[in-house]
Amino acid sequence: MKGPGWRLMRLAEPFSRRMVLAAFLGFATVASGIGLMTTSAYLIARAALQPSIVDLQIAIAGVRFFGIARGGARYLERYASHDLTFRLLARLRTWFYTRLEPLAPARLMAFRSGDLLARIVADVETLENFYLRVLAPPAVALLTAVLAGILLGSFDVRLAAVLLSFLLLAGAGLPLLARSLGRGAGQRLVGVRADLNAQLVDGIQGVADLLAFDAGHRHLLRIQSTSRALGVLQGRMARLGGFQGALTGLLMNLATLAVVTAAIPLVRAGWLDGVYLALLAVAAISSFEAVLPLPQAFQYLDNSLEAARRLFEIVDAEPAVIDPPRPAPVPARLDLRFEGLRVAYEPGGPPALDGIDFSLPQGGQLAVVGPSGSGKSTLIHVLLRFWDYQQGHVLLGGRELREYGQEELRHLIAVVSQQTHLFNATIRENLLLARPEATEAEMRQAAEQAGIHDFASGLPDGYDTWIGEQGLRLSGGERQRLAIARAILKDAPILLLDEPTANLDALTERQVLAGLRALMAGRTTLLVTHRLAGLEPTDQVLVLRQGRIAERGRHEDLLEQGGFYRRMWDLQHQVLADAA
Amino acid sequence: MKLDARLLERTRLPRLALGLSISLGLLGGIVTVGQAWLLSRVISRVFLAGDGLPQVGQFLLGFLLLSFARAGLAWGAEVAAHRTADRVKQDLRSRLVTRLLALGPIYARGERSGELANTLVEGIEALDAYFRQYLPQLALAALVPLTVLLFVLPLDWISALVLLVTAPLLPLFMMLIGSAADALTRQQWASLSRMSAHFLDVLQGLSTLKHLGRSREQIQAIARVSDRFRQTTMGVLRIAFLSALVLEMVATISTAIVAVQVGLRLLYGHLSFEQAFFALLLAPEFYLPLRLLGTRFHAGIEGVAAAERIFDILDTPPPQGAMRGEPRDPGLGPAGLLQQRNLPAVRFHDVHAAYGAGEAPALQGVSFQLAPGEKVAVVGPSGAGKTTVAYLLLRFMEPSGGAILAGETPLSRVAAEEWRQALSWVPQNPYLFHGTVAENIRLGRPGATMDEVAWAARQAHAHSFVEALPAGYGTLIGERGARLSGGEAQRLALARAFLKDSPLLILDEATANLDPETEGLVQDALVRLLERRTALIIAHRLNTVYRADRILVLDQGRIVEEGRHEELLQREGLYRRLAGAYAPGGMP
Repeated sequence: MKGPGWRLMRLAEPFSRRMVLAAFLGFATVASGIGLMTTSAYLIARAALQPSIVDLQIAIAGVRFFGIARGGARYLERYASHDLTFRLLARLRTWFYTRLEPLAPARLMAFRSGDLLARIVADVETLENFYLRVLAPPAVALLTAVLAGILLGSFDVRLAAVLLSFLLLAGAGLPLLARSLGRGAGQRLVGVRADLNAQLVDGIQGVADLLAFDAGHRHLLRIQSTSRALGVLQGRMARLGGFQGALTGLLMNLATLAVVTAAIPLVRAGWLDGVYLALLAVAAISSFEAVLPLPQAFQYLDNSLEAARRLFEIVDAEPAVIDPPRPAPVPARLDLRFEGLRVAYEPGGPPALDGIDFSLPQGGQLAVVGPSGSGKSTLIHVLLRFWDYQQGHVLLGGRELREYGQEELRHLIAVVSQQTHLFNATIRENLLLARPEATEAEMRQAAEQAGIHDFASGLPDGYDTWIGEQGLRLSGGERQRLAIARAILKDAPILLLDEPTANLDALTERQVLAGLRALMAGRTTLLVTHRLAGLEPTDQVLVLRQGRIAERGRHEDLLEQGGFYRRMWDLQHQVLADAA
Repeated sequence: MKLDARLLERTRLPRLALGLSISLGLLGGIVTVGQAWLLSRVISRVFLAGDGLPQVGQFLLGFLLLSFARAGLAWGAEVAAHRTADRVKQDLRSRLVTRLLALGPIYARGERSGELANTLVEGIEALDAYFRQYLPQLALAALVPLTVLLFVLPLDWISALVLLVTAPLLPLFMMLIGSAADALTRQQWASLSRMSAHFLDVLQGLSTLKHLGRSREQIQAIARVSDRFRQTTMGVLRIAFLSALVLEMVATISTAIVAVQVGLRLLYGHLSFEQAFFALLLAPEFYLPLRLLGTRFHAGIEGVAAAERIFDILDTPPPQGAMRGEPRDPGLGPAGLLQQRNLPAVRFHDVHAAYGAGEAPALQGVSFQLAPGEKVAVVGPSGAGKTTVAYLLLRFMEPSGGAILAGETPLSRVAAEEWRQALSWVPQNPYLFHGTVAENIRLGRPGATMDEVAWAARQAHAHSFVEALPAGYGTLIGERGARLSGGEAQRLALARAFLKDSPLLILDEATANLDPETEGLVQDALVRLLERRTALIIAHRLNTVYRADRILVLDQGRIVEEGRHEELLQREGLYRRLAGAYAPGGMP
């Protein structure tokens, strides 16, 4: 596997011509600066010899040209490089999504928390600057060094050698030195900053617990001490940064001094016309503009590689499930059978499901219950082909589930889950996601059946109301009913209900369950839940416990048996109705 | 050109460090003038007078020395600038945290907590660039050009005039184009963050998209959204970059004018080469601080925006009685009375409460008494005001009417911190802090020994699962450490309460957990915790309310029923409905 830097370059490859153009414009900006100062210096030196004004015309034209060219080049460079940055961002996003899509959600399960997903987004954004801040500066510096070398070399090779060695020191030596000096502090800085952020977040999210235990003041003291530690480390980095900046300036001055000192004997010896002395000095000064952004480029390089490494690590995973080369056609009958199913998330690890046997004939209704961690979600992951199974069989219409294509299979299944995601879009868009070609009437009918039509049509913008982060915030019950409407609209023969009423209060739960009745009618339904409510009508209840089927039967029979199901039932039914 | 007065007035600016940073920067500018003078002298002597190294050696040496001086000054300025920013950040961070603690959980509830965390983390860091880069540069942008001018003026007043006339153009254009383009640019950054939000939204909804069979279409959607963003943004940047163009143009064209103009005067012998070259060398230095200010413009705007939010929080008045040093009656504090376990009766007398001015009242005249040793359960539908009762007792908020009394003393006369020493709180979803298990239990009593911590954990049935963790009591928990289940977190919260061992307990009971084993352990620990203590329980379970000495039924901020379980069941009231909703066979 090639390094992340190389792979990043490959991703940017489609833009190589734009990158060359932008780098050239960046170079043109610096070169115009050198041109302006050198022609000006030459003009003055020439004028001091008091020639006829005609002799100065070319120099004057040069000064004017470079004076204007620099602004123009700068403008075009900024335009070209930002355009490139946004193109790169678009490419990175689509690339990442395209690679991630087949891996989801198995590979994303470790990234449940919003923070980690947000970090992915931030990492992609770090990489968008890969060109502007990492690739472009060295390219511009290199071109400038070549130009400065040619310019000084045309007078004397030794002068060129002097300037180039100073440029090399300032552009590469110094940043490398600073990087190795700062590495220890930099790494500790990351750790201390993470500590401080965690403490700050604790202070906000845990404020009630802190106050109740009178620990607010102690927490403040702890934050202050971490904050001071961070300040000390940042101070070390600032001193290092200041040191680097100061040394770059010093090297620029020393380069100027060295070039002039080297040139003076040449002038005295008559090998170099004194009229060019001023030109040489300002050429040395102005060529340093190109190496100024290099220290930052090194820093961004490290950040970019780190971000790239994290992203590659995510997308390099093997998909949990691979489509068969020739997917089987969709079966006519949709009877489901599980035979001796065994699933482990890690090879050799403890099974999440073991010895699962049951059948669910077409049109039948089956409930799976059990405490959290009993394997209920794994069952759903297997059925949706989000996760593969190692042993046993899952048969749909008499054929192994593996033989069907994932997309075709999911087409047969409508899901209402606990973590229904509603997108930042209008209610209409969220509903039509299930079936874009649905008519207005069909959409309204689905909403009506799910018991959300009155709510939606009562909103100021009706179905065109924006929901989500920037829009209307919906209650848990409203979200679930929208999800049900979406499932009704999808109109799939198999229905998978994954904790559809978790996190809802009892009254809302009843409303949602009522909406579900409409949906369940005539559909093969698998209801997975840890809430023992509304299970009476199901044909069969499976009780999962630690990955195995502990009990099975009809609701009434299980209650009478007085086993694990009964204990769960008792526990839940000694709860007051309000319990949310 | 943002110089927010509030930012300077209210940040306890370390004037010495800031002054030092600016002075060193200014001295650096003066040294630069000296270098230009030496360099023009050397070149003039060699070029026109035919001098060699021996004759100009002293000037070259001077240049060398000034180079080192300039590097030292630049370093010092940077360090001093960092110190300025660091002081400001430390100070604001402490003040913000102090204020947020004083504002309490009601201010930080719900969605706002994310935004507050962002202000505390990112907002403070945004001030770093403001105080470290923007503010010193703002001063230098005014001082350094003036200094340069002061040196050029006596030598060549015409060049000085050119500089003087063009200099105001830079800030002028910066402001003109800046303010026009800046609004546009900010709009664009806002839509950039919207685009990021779209990407995040799609990632979060990926499972849902897969269920619906729409996940592949999103590839085109992402490409389309990104590309549309690029096109509109570039349209805006086309204008916004004009400011960069103008800044560059004014600086380079003025340099060109100086060059041509001194060149022509040289030609006619009105000026010496040395003076002319000196003016040329200084022209870029003259514009440099202004151009640097331009590149730090954004840092300035971001700093001011962040500061606005920070000061909003600092200006929010905390609820009365929550601050240390509020009026109190020292003899009434719990120090003497409460810690000896003779907690007096706590009485709610016609208590009213509201969360915000525009919001419906949360409690409307609630009266009840909590006698020593009594266990009172509060039940009611969501929104009835149960949590408000607990928050009032915890002093997270103060009544808007009526009074809460401990014995005969109004609670408002006891400092909140002292009052809270007498009580323990077991919330429904206890917050676990980034830190070890032991640290999290020790929240109950900071000085507790390891043995006491383990004792408390045993009481709470937490000891065995803690021992099974990779590093036992030293295991880190939270995002970066071990994740605990809801039942485990609850038992840690109980261990805190056991460790604190306070006479009054406020318990927000956890809702159903389907695992009968875990549930049994939690219930068992709770029963022991409640022994010999006064307790207010926000109850969700029938077996808790059976055991309560009294049940208060709250509805819409009022106590609608009160009594023991059996009595309340007799009535055809709200309690009966609440208790019966799950009765077998009662399903719709």
